[in-house]
Amino acid sequence: MYEFEFEKPSTVAEAVAALADEDAQALGGGQTLIPTLKQRLAMPSKLVSLTGIPQLKELSDNGGMLTIGGAVTHAEVAAAAAGSYPALAELASHIGDPAVRNRGTIGGSLANNDPAACYPAAALGSGATIVTNAREITADDYFQGLFETALNEGEIITAVRFPVPEKANYQKFLQPASRFALVGVFAAKYAAGVRVAVTGASEEGVFRWHEAEAALDASFAPDALNGLSVDAGSMIGDLHGSKEYRAHLVGVMTKRAVAAAG
Amino acid sequence: MPKDNGIGASPKRREDVRFLTGAGNYTDDINVHGQAHVHFLRADVAHATINSIDTSAAEAMPGVVKIFTGADFAEVGGIPCGWGVTDRHGNPQQEPRHPIIADGTIRHVGEIVAAVVADTLEQARDAAEAIELDLGDKPAVVDMAAALGDGSTKVHEDLTSNLCYDWVFGNPDDDAVQAAFDSAAHVTTLELVNNRLVANPMEPRVAIGDYSRGTDEYTLHTTSQNPHVIRLLMCAFVLGLPEHKVRVIAPDVGGGFGSKIFHYAEEAFCTFAAHACGRAVKWTSTRSEAFISDAHGRDHVTKIELALDADNNFTALRTNTMANMGAYLSTFSTSVPSYLHGTLMAGNYKTPIVQVNVKTVFTNTVPVDAYRGAGRPEATFQLERVIDKAARELGADPIALRRQNFITQFPYETPVALTYDTGDYVATMDKLEEVADVAGFAARRAESEKNGKLRGFGINCYIEACGIAPSNIVGMLGARAGLYDAATVRVNATGTVSVFVGAHSHGQGHETSFPQVVAEMIGIDESMVDIVHGDTGRVPFGMGTYGSRSIAVCGSAMVRATEKIIAKAKKIAAHLMEASDADIELKDGQFTVAGTDKSVAWGDVTLTAYVPHNYPLEELEPGLEETAFYDPANFTYPSGAYACEVEVDPDTGKVSIERFSAADDFGNIINPMIVDGQVHGGLGQGIGQALLENAAYDEDGQLLSASFMDYAMPRADDVPFYQVDHSCQTPCTHNPLGVKGCGEAGAIGSPPAVVNAVIDALQSGGKNVTHIDMPLSPARVWAAMNG
Ligand SMILES: Cc1cc2nc3c(=O)[nH]c(=O)nc-3n(C[C@H](O)[C@H](O)[C@H](O)COP(=O)(O)OP(=O)(O)OC[C@H]3O[C@@H](n4cnc5c(N)ncnc54)[C@H](O)[C@@H]3O)c2cc1C
Repeated sequence: MYEFEFEKPSTVAEAVAALADEDAQALGGGQTLIPTLKQRLAMPSKLVSLTGIPQLKELSDNGGMLTIGGAVTHAEVAAAAAGSYPALAELASHIGDPAVRNRGTIGGSLANNDPAACYPAAALGSGATIVTNAREITADDYFQGLFETALNEGEIITAVRFPVPEKANYQKFLQPASRFALVGVFAAKYAAGVRVAVTGASEEGVFRWHEAEAALDASFAPDALNGLSVDAGSMIGDLHGSKEYRAHLVGVMTKRAVAAAG
Repeated sequence: MPKDNGIGASPKRREDVRFLTGAGNYTDDINVHGQAHVHFLRADVAHATINSIDTSAAEAMPGVVKIFTGADFAEVGGIPCGWGVTDRHGNPQQEPRHPIIADGTIRHVGEIVAAVVADTLEQARDAAEAIELDLGDKPAVVDMAAALGDGSTKVHEDLTSNLCYDWVFGNPDDDAVQAAFDSAAHVTTLELVNNRLVANPMEPRVAIGDYSRGTDEYTLHTTSQNPHVIRLLMCAFVLGLPEHKVRVIAPDVGGGFGSKIFHYAEEAFCTFAAHACGRAVKWTSTRSEAFISDAHGRDHVTKIELALDADNNFTALRTNTMANMGAYLSTFSTSVPSYLHGTLMAGNYKTPIVQVNVKTVFTNTVPVDAYRGAGRPEATFQLERVIDKAARELGADPIALRRQNFITQFPYETPVALTYDTGDYVATMDKLEEVADVAGFAARRAESEKNGKLRGFGINCYIEACGIAPSNIVGMLGARAGLYDAATVRVNATGTVSVFVGAHSHGQGHETSFPQVVAEMIGIDESMVDIVHGDTGRVPFGMGTYGSRSIAVCGSAMVRATEKIIAKAKKIAAHLMEASDADIELKDGQFTVAGTDKSVAWGDVTLTAYVPHNYPLEELEPGLEETAFYDPANFTYPSGAYACEVEVDPDTGKVSIERFSAADDFGNIINPMIVDGQVHGGLGQGIGQALLENAAYDEDGQLLSASFMDYAMPRADDVPFYQVDHSCQTPCTHNPLGVKGCGEAGAIGSPPAVVNAVIDALQSGGKNVTHIDMPLSPARVWAAMNG
């Protein structure tokens, strides 16, 4: 690690001010950022911890809208959403290991937007709203490619609002080593339509599989997906799976998600 | 009632209390007063000429003590190779210099290019970033076949080619072997890869070099499986130091699996630098460094052919293997694909003609050396895979085909130089069929199929040669070391016993099992016996722990030394009871005069040995301490049969292991619980190799799986609950305990069972898949099904 300064503010305003310094960086649970620092792959001048801000630790459920503070941990989501949004709770409960879940935060995960991460699929699949200190961003606008988001420099995710669907399910096919998603599919059925978001698979990061959504709008059943497939050309191909394999898994995992959603 | 003390009892591992409560003393727990820290600047390219290294800016950085480059080591030796293999033409292996720090050429990613010693580790890292390197890139040699091709770039310019040796073993007569194949009723051929692995012990390597100006003595604390071997190699071949001035201590070591046998550059560096800097120098490997600096394992590419007659008897076996050495020869690298592999090619079968051909190859990759099983897993895998393939081709039952070809008469001289002293392969197969519930498989398969899964059953046998020996024979085969071991039994005045052993425990539980033997022999409670290991300053010259040798070799030395103790103690007891020592019996810690009610206790005798007031001083020295060196007459031959049952998800190719059963013959057993644990661990590693682990390089020589994000280690939920049975026991005929060793069996015996099971599953689903190379990742299985 290189040397850095450390601040732990207790309000969003203080955090935003602290992040105004050049090369200052927000610190959530540190599950991504700390390993990066240890490998000397990042050199922030200052870390601004967000976990001491009460507002970012809030969780509320207003009849059909689940709002999760930006610094709420995966374990807290797994516990709190179990009744209101089981598919989301289930997703959170399978991120990493207990240590990761007890420290890693939803804001950190969405800000990082790892192409194999789980929360981006839930946020995009739920049509969630990313609330920051400055504005509200729809999930459709928020994810912009591998590790790319709509966030500006120093902008903080203060909360994420999830509309609760009629039914939903997340299917995660594990990359054998990291146990991130080799392919993860979040399928959710809303009155307004079905949303299917795919993580882990595409060279462009999390994406909506519109063709599948249309088919599932007509009939929310696995068989509705028969004959549909994503284009292997834009999939990731690596040590753990070829493009073709990932494209195939998108189909299998989507069917399983629909079946499991019931 | 199971015993609760001595041989055959299963006391819990006493060392676990300190390991599990944070009271262990690992090398990184040790800090020497005034120590400096070294950070190694490691190559991030696989092959390059070092045009220049400018350390001047780095030297001016805060806290820097000294910066070393290859030039600083020009006067010292290279890391030696401990085994010289003679090739098929009688020529020695090609043996390049293996420098401590790259001398002019970088030959693999991870090779040390410069070493920065500073007050703190962060200062050393900061300074390393200020070192300016001017490199001339060279093409990387990664693929073995390409490395052997005409016109390949050479890894070592001063060698004639990238071939280390071209070796033949067994029957060297090509024509005779070919004739056996020509006259065969059936020949089965299989080409396969034995995947490269990274050992990844939980504790990464650490070294702390220290030098005392006052006494001119060096101390090296290091994470080693064999501190005396390290001292000998480092003193005699690398640094040219007098052995009696160097103490090597390997305290608690958190797993080795072979990767901590070898003498590594970092150990010699820290020792050398401590003298040069006038301060202790400490290095702790990061996990990332471990991936590119610990010796890797396996990495063979093999073509194996099995000839059978019309009655399905094996008539000949021929193998052609390319084995990767990496960029340099690590300590035992050249013995692994030759003598530790070729000698096992007969397996459990009476195949009359066996020919093993091995080419070892230099590439721009991390050196490859012994990893749990070392050569024997590679032999077992190809043999048991080709037999399975043959059974399928012939429509024969894989169990029956094996049984038919079993060796049943012992001792048995194989066509590949070994003499198996004992074994009963029929018995272990019988036992396996029972514990694996072979009879119930059909019902389990039907159940899996109902759930949309393909279920497969795979079986294999294994034989291993452990306790590598005897020294004079292995010396003839090229070993540059003896392979005995040593133990000193020191009885204290009050009757407690300290046993100083040359073996080293780094997960094997010696601290529990070794005392069981001594306690049994004397008839005292185990708690009165401790072992001391891992310190050349305290224990006699021993060869350490690897190759499942500890109880068979060092344990035998300990028995011999204890026998000497007992013989002397009987003389003392005889004196005390005014009897003849021939009439003295020792039982349950009491010496008695046969046929009388006279007795003295163990403690009275030991006290007398050290307080010799009433003592035959003119005939007997006081004290009670004895040493024995033991050089085995032969290898030991653990063997067994394993069965694996898998489910394959046809939609995704994911394999899950539903059952795994093992029937092992380890001869006599000291601590059944520890043996179970050793088998469990080995099976976990074998399953890891079969399904998950893969050290993959790209064509530029970059390790693609250089962290746990991409290198898949087996986790608890990747393995099933095992059925392990070791009730079949044919005791070793030539060591005093009748023991064979159990450390590697699981890793040797399990990969073929897993792969055989997956092939069985796929074929049951109508897929014409005859082989998939390990690891059988979901992607590979799916590709094979859809290929
Ligand atoms: C062993 C392991 C396994 C894992 N497995 C999975 C998995 O299976 N699935 C999965 O999805 N993830 C997995 N993760 C990643 C984990 O979910 C992380 O918690 C997450 O990626 C980052 O969250 P964090 O709170 O730790 O963020 P940090 O590491 O603290 O920060 C990450 C980035 O986000 C920024 N940031 C943090 N909080 C905010 C905020 N509120 N607003 C704006 N920017 C912010 C930081 O500046 C930094 O750039 C794993 C991690 C580990 C170590």
